[in-house]
Amino acid sequence: MMPWDLKPDRPIYTQLIEQIELKICSGVYPLGSKLPSVRDLAQEASVNPNTMQRALAKLEETGLIYTHRTSGRYVTEDVKMVQKVKEKLAYELVQEFLQNMKRLGFDEKEIATIIAGMTGGAENA
Amino acid sequence: MHNILECENLSKHFGTVKALDSVTLSIPRGRIVGLLGPNGSGKTTFIKICCNLLTPTGGIIRIGGFEPGVDTKKIVSYLPEKNYLNNWMKVSDVLHFFKDFYNDFNIEKARDMLDKLRIDANTRLKTLSKGTKEKVQLILVMSREAQLYLLDEPIGGVDPAARDYILETIIKNYSENAAVIISTHLISDIEKILDDVIFLKDGQVILSKTVDEVRDESGKSVDALFREVFRC
Repeated sequence: MMPWDLKPDRPIYTQLIEQIELKICSGVYPLGSKLPSVRDLAQEASVNPNTMQRALAKLEETGLIYTHRTSGRYVTEDVKMVQKVKEKLAYELVQEFLQNMKRLGFDEKEIATIIAGMTGGAENA
Repeated sequence: MHNILECENLSKHFGTVKALDSVTLSIPRGRIVGLLGPNGSGKTTFIKICCNLLTPTGGIIRIGGFEPGVDTKKIVSYLPEKNYLNNWMKVSDVLHFFKDFYNDFNIEKARDMLDKLRIDANTRLKTLSKGTKEKVQLILVMSREAQLYLLDEPIGGVDPAARDYILETIIKNYSENAAVIISTHLISDIEKILDDVIFLKDGQVILSKTVDEVRDESGKSVDALFREVFRC
């Protein structure tokens, strides 16, 4: 099971949104599957149920999850939408990586060389 | 009624010491609120006034529309800082005590929670460890279907695993109709389960915000902000 990784210095609500997106993209919550209840999710993540509720409401606004009138919340079946979220998450990860590398003193060209070396190395192995 | 608790200019003086100094607050139903402050900041005094164990020197307080008294004791479930259960009693005796005292005590729920912890109802309290005793007390308090839960230092003095259990129990028993007020100075453990935080200093409210407002505005955890505000 993928644990909930919540940092202490950022709003919990935004982190819950990111973590649920990540869980959907990585297949912990597959497309079209039913999500656990707010209470169960809150308990699993050890967070306040109101905060979890807010995060789910926000994800519902974006369409990544939807509520079925009587039976609870489900993950969208829209493959394209999940792909878009994946790309957004990938973009954020790379941005963070680039920032860290620049802090170490590498410029973009050097970073590209390092990456090419590592991925090329993986191909040769 | 939206707010379960309202107070205005609530004060409590002990001689020349102002344990509470003009506190004005309202706590909506369905919220989990952290009452945070260093030792001697007025947390326990506030909670004791809510339970009618202390009378205020000035100001107004209403819980569910009532002044603290018989009417509020029916709807307020209180976990004191100190263990008050008699050591000679068995766990089952205490269950029946609570059943007799409180109409809203759900004994099945309490039994179920004790079972999950594998605490035998026939055990005498004196044979339980400190941490287990605290868990039993919390189970008693959370098994009431109250409208306001007042937990005074529920996680002080227990190991991290017991702490997790206590926090989990608070989340599990969450109700939209009830508010929970938790007083503590162990903030980092508890801030994820709180909606709102109230900082008390020398009997006064110096901050009242949601946890995410604190994190958003200061870029810090509530714990880090607390350490900054109350640096000695």
